[in-house]
Amino acid sequence: MFAAENGLKGDPRLQAISDAIRVVPHFPKQGIMFQDITTLLLDHKAFQHTIDIFVDRYRDMDISVIAGVEARGFMFGPSIALAIGAKFVPLRKPKKLPGGEVIAEAYELEYGTDCLEMHVGAIPPGERVIVIDDLVATGGTLSAAIRLLERVGAEVVECACVIGLREVKGQRRLNGKPLYILVEPREIDGCC
Amino acid sequence: MRRALILYSSNPIYSQLSTTRAPPGYVVFPKRDGGWIPPSSSYQPPVFRMRNYKCTLPPPLGSVGAASDSVANRPKMASQDEQDPRISKISSAIRVIPNFPKPGIMFQDITTLLLDTKAFRDTIDLFVERYRGKDISVVAGIEARGFIFGPPIALAIGAKFVPMRKPNKLPGEVISEEYSLEYGTDKMEMHVGAVQAGERALIIDDLIATGGTLCAAIRLLERVGVQVVECACVIELPELKGRERLGDKPLFVLVSSD
Repeated sequence: MFAAENGLKGDPRLQAISDAIRVVPHFPKQGIMFQDITTLLLDHKAFQHTIDIFVDRYRDMDISVIAGVEARGFMFGPSIALAIGAKFVPLRKPKKLPGGEVIAEAYELEYGTDCLEMHVGAIPPGERVIVIDDLVATGGTLSAAIRLLERVGAEVVECACVIGLREVKGQRRLNGKPLYILVEPREIDGCC
Repeated sequence: MRRALILYSSNPIYSQLSTTRAPPGYVVFPKRDGGWIPPSSSYQPPVFRMRNYKCTLPPPLGSVGAASDSVANRPKMASQDEQDPRISKISSAIRVIPNFPKPGIMFQDITTLLLDTKAFRDTIDLFVERYRGKDISVVAGIEARGFIFGPPIALAIGAKFVPMRKPNKLPGEVISEEYSLEYGTDKMEMHVGAVQAGERALIIDDLIATGGTLCAAIRLLERVGVQVVECACVIELPELKGRERLGDKPLFVLVSSD
């Protein structure tokens, strides 16, 4: 669900966050309007607002783990984790996590598949987890993250994203898990 | 063996702000107009010491009462009493994984540090305490583990966060810098327009080994006229001599691993 429909209607911070996101047309390929959060990270106030909104939401929900999806989930997750006193667990592309004890979950891309990995033992069973990424499009990556976490017995409480594409609008849940999204994609006038 | 030790470079970042340079190896907190502020008695600052450096500043208030030069002149490791108590917990929270990514390499795994909420908090605090109020407007983090430490520091000190990325990840116009690997080369990229000439920047990564990646990041920032004030890492592998490779750029680390 979008933050504006869930208690933050008219919150000026959401507009500031949206305005700070840059749209890059035709990246990585023709027709895709890429939502670039690096400009949000350059805007200290808007970046702080982003973190604050998630922290305010999750602070009292007894969350012990923030799981961030590589690599842009790493840019948001740790600040939230630090503020609410939770651990941060990176969910990584294959072969990045050292040590033999990783579990992997494959997911579909438009062409082919990719994989998310997590350290075995990073999360004891029963812990309450929020999954964070910068953006949710089809939900494929987040679904893989949810499956990975559930395989080790963690309880995924919610998936949190800064931006949610149109495909997820109207879907309050992903794999049965609630979705919390701050803003919709920006559009550029007169472009495709 | 891993030493829990804060290593302090011989070029303090404060040199641009102070008229007198603190003697190498022992720095408290500089004042913008020159001189050095002793820490207040209500706060225990991290104590930075390098072996074999003569200390001529008074010790921080509240430290063990030995005269400053008798402590600093003795060539020994910083013991538990003399270093910031947060450091040893940070050091012990880092997991060493043998033979990753290949035989003979002892990999320093910071993911266990991220599971220790207090140690992770302390890691960030140590960097923030060092860099807050030093007019740093840019924190550049190197993909991907620099993305974990950089943004919390940037937010706390009021700076922008700039990701330095592997090729073809950044969507907008980029500038690239090639750098050597053990076999072959790699490329690092930064968005055009992310930083402005004259800004003061910090570069952050989880670990410095040979220094190749950090050097590439320094070159990228300097090419657009940014002043790299310091490189900051959680861990240093001193045998790989990354510090020397950085040349005149200061390096600050929390933990040194032999």
